[in-house]
Amino acid sequence: MLGLAVVLGAVLGFASLKFKVEGNPLVDKVDAILPQIQCGQCGYPGCKPYAEAIGAGNAPINLCAPGGEATMLRLADLLGVEPQPLAAEHAADKPKQVAFIDEQTCIGCTLCFQACPVDAIVGAAKQMHTIIESECTGCELCLPPCPVDCITMERVDEGISGWKWKYPVYPISETVRDAKVNT
Amino acid sequence: MRTLYPFHGGVHPADHKSESAQLGIAVAPLPQRLVVSLFQHRGSPAKPVVTIGEQVLKGQRIGAAEGMISSSVHAPSSGRITAIELHPAPHHSGLPDLSITLETDGEERWIERQPMDYCAIDPSGLRQHLQDMGVVGLGGAAFPSHVKLNANHLETLVINAAECEPYITCDDMLMRERAAEVVQGIMIAQHAMGARNVLIGIEDNKPLAIASMQAACQGTGMEVVVVPTLYPSGSTKQLIKLLTGKEVPSGGLPTQIGVQCFNVATAYSMHRVANHGEPVISRLVTLTGNVEEARNYEVLIGTPIGELVKLARPKADTTGYIMGGPMMGLPLTDLSVPVVKATNCIIATSKALFPPLPRAMPCIRCTRCAAACPADLQPQELFWFAKSKNFEKAQEYKLFDCIECGCCSYVCPSHIPLVQFYRFAKSEISAQEKDRKAADLARERHEFREFRQEREKLEKAARHAAKAAEAAARAAKTSEGGGDADVDAAAAAKKAAIQAAIERAKAKKAAVKPQNVDDLPPEAQAKIDEIDERRAQAKETAEQTVTAQNTDEGQSA
Repeated sequence: MLGLAVVLGAVLGFASLKFKVEGNPLVDKVDAILPQIQCGQCGYPGCKPYAEAIGAGNAPINLCAPGGEATMLRLADLLGVEPQPLAAEHAADKPKQVAFIDEQTCIGCTLCFQACPVDAIVGAAKQMHTIIESECTGCELCLPPCPVDCITMERVDEGISGWKWKYPVYPISETVRDAKVNT
Repeated sequence: MRTLYPFHGGVHPADHKSESAQLGIAVAPLPQRLVVSLFQHRGSPAKPVVTIGEQVLKGQRIGAAEGMISSSVHAPSSGRITAIELHPAPHHSGLPDLSITLETDGEERWIERQPMDYCAIDPSGLRQHLQDMGVVGLGGAAFPSHVKLNANHLETLVINAAECEPYITCDDMLMRERAAEVVQGIMIAQHAMGARNVLIGIEDNKPLAIASMQAACQGTGMEVVVVPTLYPSGSTKQLIKLLTGKEVPSGGLPTQIGVQCFNVATAYSMHRVANHGEPVISRLVTLTGNVEEARNYEVLIGTPIGELVKLARPKADTTGYIMGGPMMGLPLTDLSVPVVKATNCIIATSKALFPPLPRAMPCIRCTRCAAACPADLQPQELFWFAKSKNFEKAQEYKLFDCIECGCCSYVCPSHIPLVQFYRFAKSEISAQEKDRKAADLARERHEFREFRQEREKLEKAARHAAKAAEAAARAAKTSEGGGDADVDAAAAAKKAAIQAAIERAKAKKAAVKPQNVDDLPPEAQAKIDEIDERRAQAKETAEQTVTAQNTDEGQSA
């Protein structure tokens, strides 16, 4: 019996070292659902810190404004909690947007690219700055630091290649409609 | 007689083919204005390579392929470029797309056409040439052909001449009238991929085309296979199954099972490109439906469809037009859209030919759709998942194997627009996938930024520490040895340089004369004097402080 205990103890001890999990896997799963805009609208300094707060059970799941209801529902599904309505200030569904620098007005102060969470602004001191459109997440964090207000947010038009089929809407039979009204 | 391997399901819609197959191919007149869309193929749009006002020749390249999956576009006639702008395009979205407008001059002056010896150049060169000449699948999907030709030692090359959609007869007429040229085109594809067998699948409702192709194939080793008329036998995967018995794996490509498939009109355009040096600037279009004279026309790409349909004299009770066939076609809302490479047919609709569908009823799970589905899917389940936006489940049920043929909607006794639901779910899933990729990129960049900031902080700290250590070492040295001659000399030189700079600045300042000081009113002059005095005082105090500091430093040293 003692031998068995020693052997099993050794196996468990070995396994705890060998299969040690680095980090919290739940945080990674939450982080994978968050849209990675890094806007900080949730009150945390980025998506990862918010994911960590959710993982630790310290934050509600309805704070992600860019993710909207879809992200909240997926988080609720992952964590097995009740869906919560989005906070009122986060509920508005914003279209996808990217920042745009008016190059006539830019004075090359470097403040915007220090604020950019994904390094999507190129420039140097006293040189004109510009946005790398494909990398911009549209977080708006570059707007407040700009001393000359030369950054605006532009809507991204879906165009033909980005166009999506809409949810089919079709008239249903009158008998069905009447039946539904009557019940 | 070759054994056929029937695919699952399929439907028999009324074929309406005889109307447009009575008369031979006619050439459509040259329109005054041609609108060439830069995005008439799958993949990425072409990039314009001409400027507004430029004179172009017939067949000159006006849009260059961008990237691997893309294709070039060419001027369909000679004339002048008048606009490069957004123009309505034949697309389900109804959105406009970047197009080049060409004012034709009626002279039809060609560029220098250079036929090529495709046997002499290597296959990659041939593929490049086909991309430059704008060869894309003309069956309706418009996928760039050079991408599909990228295969070696192919077992079977399938030529799709089934033309299973009702009303369309352009491939039928092409084979009847130009069979020899089609066969020469097939030889190019066969050569490029080293295909051992060539099977040409034609539905049995086209006896004249079958006869003419059989005659043209004599002695070439190609085999014309007559397949029963059943929609959708002209779909790539279904035709491959029918002819070879092999199934293309889910989410895979035909080349994985040693088969590739081209439309017969695509083979014909390969022949025009290689043996005549003509890029793809025209195609056969069937004009049919509710018209006085249904017929096939050889039409220049870019011809406005509104102008084209007049040739067939649509009847007065025409309600609208469909581009493509009635099963998979695209209802046109705007007749200013141009003919593109995918335009195989224009059908004029009327209430008699296309009676409005009765309103939809709920799904009763009769599974008639499952019986009709040629991809062997469970459309009633897919409908359920797409309707409830349960996309993961829809993918589990192989939503992406759906070919959107419309058999399920056709047989549905509740008249539910099933295909619309599948298209919605597919595009939603693709958009989510795109968003997920963008999120991954943003995460990676954000993490790297944090890493970079941390690294910069450490580097700064290390630099400061090194500087502090250096200063400490120097201080220790000076307190030890009471000063080094070299250090003293350097310090003296530095001081002298600073002094010289101050002198220079002073001289410069003295040289600057105040402007606009003539004829000043006395109160302004008094103010200036006061300010000058204050400045002088401040200067004196500053100089005193500096001297005091210098003496302090000298004492401490």
